[in-house]
Amino acid sequence: MKETIQFTLNGKPTTIEVEGDRTLLWVLRTDLGLTGTKFGCGMGLCGSCTVVVDRKAVRSCRLPVRNVNGKDVMTVEGLAQGDALHPLQKAFLEYGAVQCGFCTPGMLMNAYALLLQNPDATRDEIIQGMDNNLCRCSAHTRIVQAIESVSK
Amino acid sequence: MGTDNSKSIPESDRDTLARRDFIKMVGGGIVVFFAADSTAGGAQFPGMRQETDLNAYLRIAQDGKVTVFSGKIEMGQGNTTALAQMAADELGTALESVTMVMGDTDLCPWDMGTFGSMSIRVYGQAMRAAAAEAREILLALAAERLRKPKSRLGIENGVIFDTEDKTARVTFGQLAQGRKITRKLDGKAALKPPSQFRIMGKPTARLDGVEKVTGKAKYTGDLRFPDLLYARVLRPPAHGAKLKSLDVSAAQKIPGVTVVNQDGIVAVLHADSETASKALAAIQSEYEAQESALDENTIFEHLVKTAPQPRSLDPRGDLAAGEKMSETVFEETYLNGYGAHAPIETHTACAKMEGGKMTVWASTQTPFMDQSGIAGALGMPSESVRVITPLVGGGFGGKSAGTHVVEAARLAKITGKTVQVFYDREEEFFMTAYRPAAVVKIKSGIDGSGRITLWDYNVYCAGDRGSEQYYDVPHSLIRTYGSAMGGMMGGPSQHPILTGTWRAPGANINIFAKESQIDIMAAKCRMDPLEFRLKNTTDARMRRVLEAAAGRFGYKPAAAPSGRGVGIGCGIDAGSYVAQIAEIELNSGAVRVRKITAAQDMGICVNPKGALMQMEGCIMMGLGYTLTEDISFRGGRIFTSNFHNYRIPRFSMLPEIDAFIVKNDELDPQGCGEPSVVPVGAAVANALFDLNGTRVFQMPLTPERIRAASRS
Ligand code: FES
Ligand code: FES
Repeated sequence: MKETIQFTLNGKPTTIEVEGDRTLLWVLRTDLGLTGTKFGCGMGLCGSCTVVVDRKAVRSCRLPVRNVNGKDVMTVEGLAQGDALHPLQKAFLEYGAVQCGFCTPGMLMNAYALLLQNPDATRDEIIQGMDNNLCRCSAHTRIVQAIESVSK
Repeated sequence: MGTDNSKSIPESDRDTLARRDFIKMVGGGIVVFFAADSTAGGAQFPGMRQETDLNAYLRIAQDGKVTVFSGKIEMGQGNTTALAQMAADELGTALESVTMVMGDTDLCPWDMGTFGSMSIRVYGQAMRAAAAEAREILLALAAERLRKPKSRLGIENGVIFDTEDKTARVTFGQLAQGRKITRKLDGKAALKPPSQFRIMGKPTARLDGVEKVTGKAKYTGDLRFPDLLYARVLRPPAHGAKLKSLDVSAAQKIPGVTVVNQDGIVAVLHADSETASKALAAIQSEYEAQESALDENTIFEHLVKTAPQPRSLDPRGDLAAGEKMSETVFEETYLNGYGAHAPIETHTACAKMEGGKMTVWASTQTPFMDQSGIAGALGMPSESVRVITPLVGGGFGGKSAGTHVVEAARLAKITGKTVQVFYDREEEFFMTAYRPAAVVKIKSGIDGSGRITLWDYNVYCAGDRGSEQYYDVPHSLIRTYGSAMGGMMGGPSQHPILTGTWRAPGANINIFAKESQIDIMAAKCRMDPLEFRLKNTTDARMRRVLEAAAGRFGYKPAAAPSGRGVGIGCGIDAGSYVAQIAEIELNSGAVRVRKITAAQDMGICVNPKGALMQMEGCIMMGLGYTLTEDISFRGGRIFTSNFHNYRIPRFSMLPEIDAFIVKNDELDPQGCGEPSVVPVGAAVANALFDLNGTRVFQMPLTPERIRAASRS
């Protein structure tokens, strides 16, 4: 059964007609054409599908899209302001925190929410807060450095 | 000069025709073509280069922009950036002027595949030769145009000028304008020496960075087509299981679902991937699987028992004489189970058939092999199949094989739609061609002075990579029983599950075994492990990386176990030398690596920033095979299914990684994507022994294995 779901997506009011039990991940990727959010495991285990809902990091592969009704959703596509990259994006580039880049959107969104909650996160807090985001290229050293440089 | 094809190299009509096609596709300017005999594809695998290989290395367009064509693919290792640096520097233009086209079978020179850390050292060097050739053409054209002797000309940023009168200048674009010059590479133009590098050797940020941090980067699964259908393919519950019954009626009832049961594929397709997955779950199927006693514990005995005849390598002296010379003889067996690649992007392919041409976008390390695979499977000529490789979200050897590409092509042909096949995570764990389980048996000996006298080395299922002898042993023999490729190269397989290449195939277990054995011998004669290594090798590059790592780490000699938890591992891989020193502690019975210092001599280092990223990635990934990653299976059934039961390294495992390059500009560039992954297991296992005298012979070094070993 299709439902009408209204939410804010990257700052824009958005209305969609979809089956409400579909996951946010696939609605974003397929219906809304926002392919920055990635499928990695489908079970909430890798973090590559992370988006920010009402200032909190959420695994979009586990979230029925009806749950974002009335909420504020931000994906990696909403991080930069026009051509101006977000400080986290700049730091990822500068520190070399990107290899294949497939985990990168999820890493960025998880880090973004982490710093919203705790703007001066310490190195240990960053490591703890990022622990469920996986990177198989194993760029961890530089991801931590990049987030650290934006914290405090 | 200045006319069509100025060189009189005889070419077949077919060649000329193909080149004309290529020019038509990419436009005029100055184009340097692949030479049949001397270069990348041929040099990698003599005799395997394809007849159809008539594509170009690079083109200088009329706006002065350079396009470089490479059959290699970008999966995160950063070869795109390093190759662009090489082309720009060799030509004398800006990095920004270079565009890389990677892994497109219609445009790029034939390539065996992206593995073996060969992008830079093999393809890159050949492509540099093409750039040097193009530079000479440009210089000759400029000399004519400016009426100056070629010897007086300089090049900078895509401009050629008279070094004595800088007002006399002409740009690459002006020189290429209105021209159609094609050249076949003859490799005669000299490469720039390192002293003249301006772009190579400088730390350079990834060229694909911005698109990757903004979410704009397109991987295969991100491509959008109006008629796109997601396909989910029915897999058996176990490898080798036979389908007994099938009922697709429930799947068929789901609105919008297409069911295909043809050519050996059972698949369901839908415009929404989740509905396709639901349809797959609705299929009723029964399989008959063979019972098997093989599992992660019994596999090793099976591999040794069923081993093929060995291949002997590098025989030195005589093993019996070596044994006689030895005061102490050591006999040990080392094990490593199956390992998964687990790239975060699962295998994905997207196919579209249009006007008799099949185009397939694929997450693959081997676009040209896929092209022939698809052509063979569909009974089409290779020229009618184009494989395009978008960005790949990690490969690690696992995307050198996969049925996804052929399945997507078949389904596109059957349905007439654009079809995407992607593996979900469980399927990825089931379908991946695992790093084969392997066994290494070593019998070695030392004399009374701590010199190695005997090295009788036998490796099962891991091949010879990493087994090279770099110690000065008078009596030494390496025997390999079966390869590290498992059944991947078409040979018979001893494995109940699919096996294939995994980052530095075979080298991880070989170096783990070999370097553990070295420490066992050093400990026996109460010698410091570094001193023992230096005493037993005269290999200058190995000595240099060992000494560099020790210096950087602040290594203090002590015989193990010293209680400090410091261990060394070293090795050779893809032409590069690596040495690592690990410092560990035990945390409720589990190894926690505090620090790894890593030295790497990789010849000329094209991009020091990219190289360090690869080294760090190798080391962190190496901690996975060393400490946590293991596959659980019985027969062809695989129980490992997702990241909760396959624990890859995560942030909380991150040690301090101090990676650095040991400069060696005398040597051409060597491999970088794999070498630093090979010594991690040994360095950590040796550090554990140094900590408390526990020697573990099987990776991963789990708390259970450590506990068991410390009791014995
Ligand atoms: S895809 Fe959602 S956590 Fe992995
Ligand atoms: S950069 Fe490849 S998975 Fe993180």
